[in-house]
Amino acid sequence: MPFSAQPPASGERYALSASLDNARHLSSLLRAVHFQDHATCLATASGLRVTVEDAKCIQANAFIQAEIFQEFSVQEESVTFRISLSVLLDCLTIFGTSSLPGTSTALRLCYRGYGYPLMLFLEEGGVVTVCKINTQEPEELLDFDFCSTKVVNKIILQSEGLREAFAELDMTSEVLQITMSPDKPYFRLSTFGNAGSAHLDYPRDSDLMEAFHCNQTQTNRYKISLLKPSTKALALSCKVSIRTDAQGFLSLQYMIRNEDGQICFVEYYCCPDENVTEAEL
Amino acid sequence: MKCVIAGGNVKVLGRAVHSLSRIGDELYLEPTESGLSLRAVNTSRSAFAAFLFAPLFFQLYEPGSAGPDTELFRCKVHMKSFLGVFRSLPSLEKSVGKCLILLKPRASRLVLQLHCKHGVTKTHNLAFQECERLQAVFDTQRCASRLCAPARLLAEAVVHFPPTLAEVTLGTGLGGKISLRNYVEDEAELSKTMVTELWLAEDEFQSVAVAPGSHITFCLKEFRGLLSFAEASNLPLTIHFDEPGRPVIFTLDDTVLEVHLVLATLSDLESSSQSPSTNGVSHLPAPSDDFADDLESYMAAMETSEGCSEGPPSPTFPLRTPQPAKSKPQQQEEGGGGGGGGGGGRSCARDPPAQEGEGWVCLGAGGGQSLLLTPPFLPTVPLPVFWLGDDTRKAWSGHHPGGAGGGQRWRKLSPRVTATPSLHPTTRTGTPQ
Repeated sequence: MPFSAQPPASGERYALSASLDNARHLSSLLRAVHFQDHATCLATASGLRVTVEDAKCIQANAFIQAEIFQEFSVQEESVTFRISLSVLLDCLTIFGTSSLPGTSTALRLCYRGYGYPLMLFLEEGGVVTVCKINTQEPEELLDFDFCSTKVVNKIILQSEGLREAFAELDMTSEVLQITMSPDKPYFRLSTFGNAGSAHLDYPRDSDLMEAFHCNQTQTNRYKISLLKPSTKALALSCKVSIRTDAQGFLSLQYMIRNEDGQICFVEYYCCPDENVTEAEL
Repeated sequence: MKCVIAGGNVKVLGRAVHSLSRIGDELYLEPTESGLSLRAVNTSRSAFAAFLFAPLFFQLYEPGSAGPDTELFRCKVHMKSFLGVFRSLPSLEKSVGKCLILLKPRASRLVLQLHCKHGVTKTHNLAFQECERLQAVFDTQRCASRLCAPARLLAEAVVHFPPTLAEVTLGTGLGGKISLRNYVEDEAELSKTMVTELWLAEDEFQSVAVAPGSHITFCLKEFRGLLSFAEASNLPLTIHFDEPGRPVIFTLDDTVLEVHLVLATLSDLESSSQSPSTNGVSHLPAPSDDFADDLESYMAAMETSEGCSEGPPSPTFPLRTPQPAKSKPQQQEEGGGGGGGGGGGRSCARDPPAQEGEGWVCLGAGGGQSLLLTPPFLPTVPLPVFWLGDDTRKAWSGHHPGGAGGGQRWRKLSPRVTATPSLHPTTRTGTPQ
């Protein structure tokens, strides 16, 4: 695909510049974390991380590695800005979201630095659109302090097994209860709604189970309204890793394969519903 | 009650629940010796459906033990919660291998367990309410007309009507031809409304035994729900109907499954136009003439129907001479709109009244009533309950937000309605005189 968007004039220095021959690779990942209007972007030499938070209880990160881009350069150690994710997505899909074979939108993305707008040059079929999106002061992000050494239970599932479960979740239930245990029921999702309770059990020897490392029985509840947005990432992903630490914090990592077979990750962290956890203990 | 449903039958159950969800907000589960019955009735009680799954339908069927003086445990659940279990029909087919239904009266839980592929188990514990028996009162034997057609034929016919259409009129013409036409409630709007009418030839049907010129108007929504079930199950659908105002009964029969859908039909205004003075001498099968005629006759009905306590003869059977009351007064009353019109094309004459003793009487719509269902709180008490009176009428007209037109009609006809209470004492006896 020829890239004919007007390159920025030479001599100008950009804190961040990147190009991508199919903007959909970026837009689909961003859509997977699009449950709040604003996102904080962090660019380092290894790639771009887009973070969205809600209610100080949930954080979603989309990681787009530098290798996904045809060109990716960061002049400073790290570049951070806040941006309206809705507007960014609108711009990225300005030529439409349909995925006709043989057509793709090429993208060049430039950011001069603090106080400057994010510039997007989009080209499809010889038509170029230039978008300038104002950036905002970055906000401090939540630190979930979730490190792999503190993980108590970990399960890797094929996403297919969870997709239906999440689609059919009883939304009249306030919480989703996740039980992970070395013994029966191994992995259980429960809801407690108006209609009664529902439990979904996955045995550890199921074909869907890619890995099962549970050390102790843990039952935690999470606000269903907070977890529901993660279905967007679930829909795109092929595998999901579900981990909890000793305090019941939940990490959901979605492995997403794009059309070119490249692998990206979207990660959700969620706080447990504290009141109930205490009652359980 | 415990039952296990295997393989493809889970999807059949799922489709049945989808079909029932078109009718009511509550699903009645009734385990019986002859199978598991799922039922629903709508809020205005003008539609009732029952699916009876025979024990052979199940891999395992234990209706539970009924004591000598107690009946099997019945319950009702929220349609929404039950439907939620079977929401996605494609995934039911794809992934569910087995479905277990357990009714635990002690634990107050109805447990639905789906065993899916990859060893995944879904367990739903639903809250339920204990309830009385829900039974509509109808008798297909007493219907003058019967049609049997492949579900596909009717589904393809109905697809031509807009999804928002509330009612459709099924009519019969000469040579066994059957017509379907959208019903326009407000005659004033007729000029603005597109009327779709289609005729089906007799040979399209598996069997046709109808009174020529008869026609009924019923709700499309519930019918569509049943049709999609029948079509997917590839079962022929039988329609039993009689005069306008009397219930229409749709049935599906299979070795392991029996389905009944009972819908109220709109009572006929044209029949009033053929009041004794005119008595429809030359009105032979004209199911859908020029509508202007109908409108005129409607106007005539408005004038003549008042104070006319006796059911006027139907235009359907115009050659019948008005009969004086026979020795069995309840039959005459019962005949209602048709006035016991056993003449003409009526092939299925009145059944022996012995049936009434069983509480399975299909009452005629005497004064232009649409009524048919016993309320569940009066489960097996036969009779006066059929006559639901004003509430039903309101509910029924409320069921069709037709505005002024409908309301006026009921008001106009009400003198006849109020003249019918004589029905109660007569029928309450329930035994032939």
